[in-house]
Order: sequence, then C-alpha cells, then structure tokens
Amino acid sequence: MSTPVPFLLGLADDALVTAQRLGWWISRAPELEEDVALANIGLDQLGQARGLYAVVAELEGAGRTEDDLAYLRGPAEFRNVLLVERPQEDFAVCVVRMLLLAAWQVEVYAALAAREGPARGVAAKAVKEVAYHLDHAAQWVLRLGDGTPLSHERTRAALEAEWPHLPELLEPDATAPVDPATLREAVLGRVLPVLEQATLTVPPLPAAPPTGGRAGHHTEHLTDLLAQMQQVARAHPGATW
Amino acid sequence: MSGGASGGGEWPLWEVFVRARRGMAHVHVGSLHAPDADLALRNARDVYTRRQEGVSLWVVPSAEVVASTPDVRGSFFEPAADKDYRHPTHYTVPDGVQHL
Repeated sequence: MSTPVPFLLGLADDALVTAQRLGWWISRAPELEEDVALANIGLDQLGQARGLYAVVAELEGAGRTEDDLAYLRGPAEFRNVLLVERPQEDFAVCVVRMLLLAAWQVEVYAALAAREGPARGVAAKAVKEVAYHLDHAAQWVLRLGDGTPLSHERTRAALEAEWPHLPELLEPDATAPVDPATLREAVLGRVLPVLEQATLTVPPLPAAPPTGGRAGHHTEHLTDLLAQMQQVARAHPGATW
Repeated sequence: MSGGASGGGEWPLWEVFVRARRGMAHVHVGSLHAPDADLALRNARDVYTRRQEGVSLWVVPSAEVVASTPDVRGSFFEPAADKDYRHPTHYTVPDGVQHL
C-alpha cells in the first residue's frame, strides 16, 4: 500500500516556504493594505503547513513533531517545488507566483477534501483559504498586466521567470493520493483566462523545465531561507516561550 | 484626496462598513486605501474582518460622503438640546405594564 506521506510533506513544505517568502513582504508591500493582505495569506499558508505536518507526523509514527519537521530538517530533506523557494522581491513576481501556486493548491486541496484520507480535514479548511489567495493574485495580475506599459512589462518579465516552474507542480506521481498530472487541465483552466484577460502572452516552456524539488534537489535559495527560518530553533533546541 | 500616511498616497480613500450579524445594520469601522472598488472590498476583508467581525461589507468612496462641517454645528445640532419633549421621557409607565 502506498503511503501519502511524501506527497503530503511536499504539500506542507510548499506552504511553509511560501509563508516564509511572503513574510519578507511585511513592511515592504506597496501599501499598508497590501501588507496586511500578504501577511494574512502567509499566515494561511503557515496554518496549512502546520496542519499537514501534524498529519505527517502522526502517519510517520516516528515521534517527530510538526516543529521537528519545520525546524530540524536540512534542505535536502525538504520536498517543496522550486517555484516557491526562489526569492520574490518584486511585486509582480509575488502575485504571478501566487497565481500559479494557488491555482494548483485549490485543485489539490479540493481533491483531498473530496475523499477519505488523513488530510481531509486540513484540506477542507485550506481550500477556502487558497481560493481567496487565487482571487487576490488574479486581481493583481489583471491590474498589472493590463495596466501601464511599465506594469505590463514587469508582469510579463515575472511570468517569464515563473512559468517554467509550473510543470514541476504537475509532474505525475502515481503513489500520491491525488496524482498532480491529473490536475493539469483544471489548473490551466484557472490560470490561462486570467493571463489572457491581463493581456499577457503565455511564454514557451523550456525543453527541460527545472525540477527536482520533490526529490530534495534544491537551489541555494532554500538553504539561505532555512538558515534564517531555523536559526533560533536550532540555536536553542526545545526552547519555548 | 488620499494623503494618508500609509505610503504612496496615490490610491483613493474608502470608508468601510461591516455588518456583524444577520439582521444588524452595517456600522462604519474605518477607512483604507485601494486603487478601485473591487480591491477596496478585498482590502476591507483583510484589514477589518480578520477576526470574524462580519458577514457583510460595504465600501464607499470617501469622496462621495457628504459630511456636516464643524462650523455648522450650532445651527445643525444645538436647537435639539432643549427640546426634551422629543424624548419619550414625559410618560410615566403604569405599574404592571410588561414588554415595554
């Protein structure tokens, strides 16, 4: 019998790394209101990660806690996709990436919530959250893509940078409770109309899109991110406050 | 119009009204900046209903609100000060009346 642990761990790691990247925007967003919105979205992602880590920890039955999973694993043990670990210090990149990720998360969580399984409860709650993230991202992609020449150009550049990372989310995984390959049409059905309305052209995919995150092969960006995120927990093992 | 302290200051200001429960009126809770109505509604959701404060939201462009000004306070409000017959305080409630 296949175990859902690797798949759920990947889903959780996507959410945790996304939460950490969104945290960077706090105090840096274009307006105070967007600051709050991005913080809310980051906290939603953090909550999803916690819920999934708790499920994974119980399924593993190895005595690891959600904190152990978040703070005491090295980069090679993380299973997030490369899309989410790269820096996103440009607002257009932030919202384009959110569009791609949320379109995928909506489909994954909806599928998990529709069937019996250990992650059903977490997924049922998460699907409403990521539906809002998708809407938020779509609103911004529409306004920036179909905005001024400058905002269009920056959004086009952001799409060019993020788009090659979409295939990794949709790689087949026959052992997963939800095979991501089966979500391809649904995810594209959410993303493509937004891009079209935003007057953005879908960039061509490279012959060999970047991949490897699900197998633990990451960029140095994840090492930097984890070093910062984990430093307090590692310097003071077991500390509480 | 905006002149807020929250950054760019180019987005217009919106007044936000939240209805806490079904059957209650929308109550003014504050204001925020947003580039247009759709995003104003979403910003209001994020800023003012994070802790389950509401079930319905209104946003109104602040520029569309017509407000009384302090210099008309005398003519607007003071005449009501000595007209206590407008308050239902001159009626004595007979003993035994319930549900009043």
